[in-house]
Amino acid sequence: MARRLPDRGRLIDRARPAPFRWNGRALSGFEGDTLASALLANGEVLMGRSFKYHRPRGAVASGAEEPNALAAIGAGAGAVPNTRATTQPLRTGLEAASQNHWPSLEMDVGELNAFAAPLFPAGFYYKTFIHPRRAWKHLFEPVIRNAAGLGRAPDGPDPDRYEYFYATYDVLIAGGGTSGLAAALAAGASGARVLVVEQSGWWGGRAATDGVTVDGRPAADWVSDAVARLSDMANVTLRLNAQAAGVYDHGYALVAEQAPRPAGASGLRERLWRVRARRIVTATGAIERPLAFAGNDRPGVMLASAVRDYLDLWGVACGERTVLAANNDDGYRTALALKAAGLEVPAILDARDAPAGPLVDAARDAGILIRTGMGVMRALGRKQVSGVEIGRIDGSGRAEDRIDCDCVAMSGGWSPVVHLWSHCGGKLLWDDGQALFRPDPDRPPLSHDGAGFVIAAGTAAGRIQAPTAMADAHEAGLRAVEGLGEPASPAAIPVADAEAEGPLHPVWTSPAKMPPKLASKAFLDFQNDVKVADVQLAAREGYESVEHAKRYTTLGMATDQGKTSNIAGLAILAEARGAAIPEVGTTTFRPPYTPLTLGALAGEARGPLFKPVRKTPMDAWHDRHGAHWEPVADWRRPYAFLRDGERVQDAVTREIVTVRERVGMMDASTLGKLLVKGPDAGRFLDLLYTNMMSSLKPGKCRYGLMCTEQGFLFDDGVAARLSADAFLVHNTTGGADRVHAWMEEWLQTEWWDLKVHVANLTEQYAQIAVAGPKARAVLEKLGGMALDGQALPFLGWAEGELAGIPARVYRISFSGELSFELAVPAGRGQEMWDRLAEAGAEFGIAPYGTEAMHVLRAEKGFIMIGDETDGTVTPLDLGLGWAVSKKKTDFIGKRGMERSDLSRPDRLRLVGLETEDPSVVIPDGAHALEDLREDGRARTAGHVTSTYWSPTLGRSIAMALLERGPERLGEVVRMSNGAGAPIPAKIVSPVFFDPDGERQNG
Amino acid sequence: MAERMTDGAMRWARVAGRGMIGLRLDLGDAALAGAVTEAAGVPIPAPRRIETAGERRLAWMSPDELLLFLPAAEVPAMLAALQAGFGDGFALAVDLSEARALFRLEGPGAREALAKAAPVDLHPDAFGPGDFRRTRLGQVAAAFAQVDAAPETFELVCFRSLAEHMSTWLDTAGAPGAFPGVFARA
Repeated sequence: MARRLPDRGRLIDRARPAPFRWNGRALSGFEGDTLASALLANGEVLMGRSFKYHRPRGAVASGAEEPNALAAIGAGAGAVPNTRATTQPLRTGLEAASQNHWPSLEMDVGELNAFAAPLFPAGFYYKTFIHPRRAWKHLFEPVIRNAAGLGRAPDGPDPDRYEYFYATYDVLIAGGGTSGLAAALAAGASGARVLVVEQSGWWGGRAATDGVTVDGRPAADWVSDAVARLSDMANVTLRLNAQAAGVYDHGYALVAEQAPRPAGASGLRERLWRVRARRIVTATGAIERPLAFAGNDRPGVMLASAVRDYLDLWGVACGERTVLAANNDDGYRTALALKAAGLEVPAILDARDAPAGPLVDAARDAGILIRTGMGVMRALGRKQVSGVEIGRIDGSGRAEDRIDCDCVAMSGGWSPVVHLWSHCGGKLLWDDGQALFRPDPDRPPLSHDGAGFVIAAGTAAGRIQAPTAMADAHEAGLRAVEGLGEPASPAAIPVADAEAEGPLHPVWTSPAKMPPKLASKAFLDFQNDVKVADVQLAAREGYESVEHAKRYTTLGMATDQGKTSNIAGLAILAEARGAAIPEVGTTTFRPPYTPLTLGALAGEARGPLFKPVRKTPMDAWHDRHGAHWEPVADWRRPYAFLRDGERVQDAVTREIVTVRERVGMMDASTLGKLLVKGPDAGRFLDLLYTNMMSSLKPGKCRYGLMCTEQGFLFDDGVAARLSADAFLVHNTTGGADRVHAWMEEWLQTEWWDLKVHVANLTEQYAQIAVAGPKARAVLEKLGGMALDGQALPFLGWAEGELAGIPARVYRISFSGELSFELAVPAGRGQEMWDRLAEAGAEFGIAPYGTEAMHVLRAEKGFIMIGDETDGTVTPLDLGLGWAVSKKKTDFIGKRGMERSDLSRPDRLRLVGLETEDPSVVIPDGAHALEDLREDGRARTAGHVTSTYWSPTLGRSIAMALLERGPERLGEVVRMSNGAGAPIPAKIVSPVFFDPDGERQNG
Repeated sequence: MAERMTDGAMRWARVAGRGMIGLRLDLGDAALAGAVTEAAGVPIPAPRRIETAGERRLAWMSPDELLLFLPAAEVPAMLAALQAGFGDGFALAVDLSEARALFRLEGPGAREALAKAAPVDLHPDAFGPGDFRRTRLGQVAAAFAQVDAAPETFELVCFRSLAEHMSTWLDTAGAPGAFPGVFARA
């Protein structure tokens, strides 16, 4: 059984035990363990259940490529599902649980699926759940969704923190194995800014475990020396537990860094680096390939390199008797390591007929039985492998012999990790000699200047054997800085040495020609339960494209994205199609390399920082006085001010009545305020507005409309002429930034000859609307300015002091009442607000919110951008033809409006609607139904744009866009939003209240 | 000045009493640029730089835009002086003192706090005293400059309406123990 050995384990600290819990049971490992190594050390080989068949599974690998050993880490809100046990550092008190089983890991009902496996071929879901159609939504999908899925998402808010970090480097080196370190030494010597990231918690990668020597010393010594030298370079940054997860255009890369756990006082869990690098060196190593044979998913069947890692890095024996199945020399290192540790290796099954070389000789010398031309035909056992049946690799699959064992180490050769190279368009080539895809150095991802910006180094470049990898990585480091024009000072080339290896035998299944009975038990993609038979079936059914076959079989679609299954799957597809592997090609490699947590992607943008909220100078007062908030663009504005126990609708009604009968005050600070200044300001505004602005006199205001080039209305507001060469243009709250950008675009790209500057003064002023019959009385009480009709007529403005506060007062009205808008320096907005509240108390002043404003304006038939407009509405549609100049030779939208479609008589045009029953309010979104057919369907002749209860009129009112609307006054239309009976409503003028505009004169 | 201690590595404060004047002009026009220098007593900054003279700073905002920082009390007189200097020339000087919020960040962690949210190369070799960037911090438009080397000090402006958001962000980014420790060793 798997157990901890008394010696070995270069990563663990035996002086520091780390007790932890696994499915609630107390176990113990050491600091330096991964969860997987600690579980194996405790004899826990079974670590999870597979996705589809719920088959028992153990760890296959020892690193990021692990498909099986996924666990939930932590408990409660801080739990993280689908974490690879092979990369999860063990720590004291860690809580971990296995996934995808019920009721327990050992006894799982879902495993029944496995007995029904013949019923679940590739494409099963597509083929089976088609009829009856309705059943998919109501029966099949809910049941499948319930049964599927891996880990469970935590249900509380994540207690930890996440953040981004933007960093710019000359060179980013992805991978801190010997190749990455050699590249870093070469690049760092030039003085260039270099970032080296390593996804695991240690430097040096596999070299020490594989017995490599560098410059005549054990690799581990060279690694610690190299790290020390790099640490001394001020221009080099070294980060462990940081994975280069994605490479994007122009040298942009994402690096996911894990903070130490438990998180410190900061609570920081992950930091997502957003790196901009001029060159990216991918020293990402290689992944060993499994072999496909029947029962190869049994716990205890592992990659040979993983068996070696557990032994060397963590002092863990994965079994007492290990059979090695290999098609290459490298796997022999595992057999030798096991033997040296005193463990049994009953046989090496080598797919080759005549293996030769120093590793093979060493195995023979160690007394290990080598059976050539042989492979595993079937692994035996259930929750752990108990033995293997072996036979000829080129045979029919007949078992010739049986060997008892509790571990099978399999080695199908190595595939370079080409993901980062490929993310941004780097191309691959098939290396027939080594039977692998490797980066094609002539077709790298290209940067803005047409130069390649990614350089593959060492093993990741396809230099699978240490001596060539090291030299290549050094060269890659030099090239990375050479392209930058940095003077590279010569760094010594490290010389690596390892046993020479003979060629591998490119065989991916065992036996090479697999009979169906075995193919249906031989797994390629462990996590998604895709077998050799599934890929063969897909090929037979015509899925020739690798991308189609992938989606049909789900090969490579799990959270591991097929890191271990890729090549074997391609090879089997190629064989079934009778094509060569490079003809089949690979599927697309997309970032991230391993899944990123949603927390890492969200970064700081959560809780109060989730979305910036803009607040006016009086925001805190509103909040203290019952503001019921609504978002308007990025601002929050009071929808209504609720008094004790008041309902929202009651507050709105009260506020409307207050304005109509007494006086109200509203925070209008969010309105856009753009200063347009320069000798050509009037000319410029004449081009932007549909009406004439240049004729406006200083001291006066004018309402204006802005259209797009197509002639559609997009913003409105009041412009005030400040002086001969300056206007202050007011915009809608949501339109301020857009109109500012619109003005700059026209000035910078089309009318650069106009001498006009635009400055956004929106936030320079707090603005307060004071509206109602008593408005003037309140302001006069403040004192300081003459505000009578003579001194400040309607649509005039004046500057002075009110209550000792500098103010600009506009006599404008959006409610139809006597109304003033006060602009004061933002820093004094609250003070002015307080003075108004005090002075207005005797007149019954009350603050009102946006909903009261909306109803007040609707009673007057004033349009609202975004309600009466939707990007398809012209000023003429809204009856605003009076604000469209016929004199001006040009303005934006003029030609658009001349198009026939914008002047056709049956366009939707603005009208008012009065329901026959005045107490009924037409629902939002209601359409006017016409030409009702027998089957109940009707056509729409228009729709409601604003609909309210009007307290002023004691009835419902609505505005609507209707075909030929103004021509149909008095007609009754049937309004419906699809629910309930249509509501009959009479078409009327949209001006419901005070049609002659008497009230604004006070 | 409301000051909040967040960590030994960074402290920040909202700065009050500082005025800001927005300037738009052709920086290549010697007469107009000369009028600015004359009135403000600060040289015209190079692109992405800020110049300081006494209590005044002049920041480069865009190819035809500057931002003048000065004591708030000096704003009216400065506006008048600038206007007089421009004469009939095509230039704009406008008071923006109330439209923006100004913050000061200080300490060895300040640089890394900014790098958590601004897509700017903040390595000390690339961004030092007198450097200025108009950029974003997270989701918020902002501009900042390094104004002192020891202790490292930055000044940061954003829209007034976002001052509260910025305060929360500064507390978050400056939380104790959450600095990457990358620039510190450089």
